[in-house]
Parts: sequence; C-alpha cells; structure tokens
Amino acid sequence: MRCIRSSTGPSIVFVMALSLPWSSPALAHVEQGQAAGFLIGLQHPWSGFDHVLAMIAVGLWGAQLGAPAMWLLPVTFPMVMAFGGMLGLMGVKLPGIEIGIALSAVMLGVMVLAEARPKLMLAASLVSFFAVFHGHAHGTELPPGQNGLLYSMGFVIATGFLHGLGILLGLLHRWPAGKLALRSAGAFIAVMGVTFLWGALK
Amino acid sequence: MAGIASLCCPSSAAAHLVMTGMGPVYDGIGHLLLTPEDLVAALSLALYAGLRGPISGRRTMFLLPFAWLIGGIAGLAVNALPTFPVSAVSFLVTGGLVAADFYMPVSAVMVLGIVFGFAHGFLNGVALNEGAGILGLLGIMIMLFILTAFAAALVVSLNKPWARIAVRVSGSWTFAIGLLMLGWFIREAK
Repeated sequence: MRCIRSSTGPSIVFVMALSLPWSSPALAHVEQGQAAGFLIGLQHPWSGFDHVLAMIAVGLWGAQLGAPAMWLLPVTFPMVMAFGGMLGLMGVKLPGIEIGIALSAVMLGVMVLAEARPKLMLAASLVSFFAVFHGHAHGTELPPGQNGLLYSMGFVIATGFLHGLGILLGLLHRWPAGKLALRSAGAFIAVMGVTFLWGALK
Repeated sequence: MAGIASLCCPSSAAAHLVMTGMGPVYDGIGHLLLTPEDLVAALSLALYAGLRGPISGRRTMFLLPFAWLIGGIAGLAVNALPTFPVSAVSFLVTGGLVAADFYMPVSAVMVLGIVFGFAHGFLNGVALNEGAGILGLLGIMIMLFILTAFAAALVVSLNKPWARIAVRVSGSWTFAIGLLMLGWFIREAK
C-alpha cells in the first residue's frame, strides 16, 4: 500500500503540473485583467504546435550537446525571442515570419536527428536567429487589453518550461535506446517543420 | 436571557479586513508582495548581489531598503510620476547582470542598489501618497529587507554549478520580461 502511495504521489503532481498550461482563469476577484494577463501569457506559447516543437527541440539539442550548451541555448533563446517580441510590439515589420518559424522546426529537428555538434557560438547563433521569428510572431499576436507585465511573465515562464521539458527529455541521451529515441524525435520535428513550411509557402 | 436581550441591539463586529483594513504598515508589505514590477526587480537585484558574494549581499541587504525609503519619501513630497520606464529598465539591467553573471566590484553593486532602490522607492512614494503614506513605506522597507536577505543568502550558499546556472536562467527570464515590457511601453507611447 505504501509502495502504491509513493508511486502515485509524484504521478499526480506531474499530471497537475501538466494541466497548468491549459487551466482557465478563475476570475473570482475584481481585477480580472491581472490574472487573465498572466494566464493568457502562460498559455500563449503552448497554443501553436510549431512553437512548442521548436522550443522543445532547443532543449533536446542542448541536452545532446551537453554542458555548457545545455544551459546556454535555453538562456539565449528567451532573451533573443523577447527582442523579437519587442520588435513585434513596436510594430517593426519582419518579412517571412511563418517561413522562419517553419524553418526553425526543420533546422532544429535536423540538428537533433544528426546529433550535430557545431561550435558553441554557431549553435547559439542559429538558435538566436530563429528565436527572433518566434518572438516577433508572439509580439504581434498579443491580445489587446492585457496587463503587459503579467502577460510577459507568463509568456517567458511558459517558454522556459518548454525548454526545460526539452532538456528533461534530452536526458535520455545517456542511454543508447534514449539516443535513438531523441534522434527519432528530431526526425519527427523536422518532418513536422516541412509540413509547416508547406503551409507557409502555399 | 441577557444574551437574547443583547441580540436586539447588536453592533458590527468589524472583525474582517474588508471592514478594518490591515493598517498602513501591512498595506506597504502587501504592496511590495503584490506588485511584480517591484518584487521581481528587487529579487533579481538581490540574486545578483548574492552572486557577487557575501559582502555584496550583506551590504545590499541594508542599502537597498534604505535607498528605497529615501526615494519613497522623495516620491511622497514630489508626487509626480516620471514617464521613464523604470521597471522595464530595472528588469533589463538586473536580469542582464544575473544572466551574464557579470563581474562588478562591491562598490559598483552598492551604487546600483542605491540608484535602483531610490528609483523604485520614488514610484512607491508617489503611489502611496494618498494611501498608506510613510508607514506604508516602512512596511515596504521591512519586507524588502527580509526578501533581500533571504534571496542573497540563498545564492551565496549555492555550491553546485547547476544551481548557480539556474539562478542565471532566472536572470535571462527577467531580462526577457524587461525587453517585452519595453516593447509594451513603446507601443503605448506611440
């Protein structure tokens, strides 16, 4: 019985943690915009499959590369993505956003598939380049009437958790079967990226 | 019988916060805890002071609340909000410093703490002008001292490299939020 309890406890916590991004605001209090701003920001990165795949791919690739890339890439991505978001908020036009986002899934998927090991600066530059497109798309899609700070906090935290999820999955890289699973995930992300690209070019 | 008789002329208990309020000091404490513009920025500065070592952490623990109080008193006196995006810049500076684990001498960290504390305190002073006033600032100062002490001490005590990296990741998030806030500010200003 104790064994069952000890194994179900973490599972329940895990399921609860997973359900957080899809939770709806309680709106129990007067300042509705405040809570909604944070929760909408928290949900936004999860709302597009292309974003989710690219951000998880960053974590997977970082885990394959090992330290310090494992930490540098997820540190770099939100900062540069926020820069793209700032450009989007300011109304600065950036051509080929959807193509850039689709290409990010293709490129990052291929990197994970091939277990590519470029120099650290090159890997960081590649991730940073694509982060601008993701950030810009988020910046221009921000719904009106939200609390800017709380929305931004939710948005950045959710992005960070997606990278964390990627790194966590990337820890499978320690085992031979895990390596194969990660490369398969890379192939899946690249194929999905091609379908996104097809949609963007149509 | 007397109990039943007293029911005929009851007075309000006023036992709850809606009726009594929390008092200006607690209002100040609540203000800091419920204002992410101040809370996140102050925590970020405390984390940076902790990253720079125990001396830096200890001095920031005392200097930051004091500068905040002085700024708050100035804000109470002046009562005019600046148009400069103080919070966004604070997030950018402190988040960037934490993310980069940028080396600065202790004296420079002190100057940063004073400028930062004064600027945020000034905004708080303006906000509390028609509310909790100076006692509210005192509440903010107390809470700030506690938070800075805990956050800086936590970072100083971290020995494992991954734990310090986790702190730096939080800095990158703060920096990213600061960039987005700056974007919001520019959009609103247009």
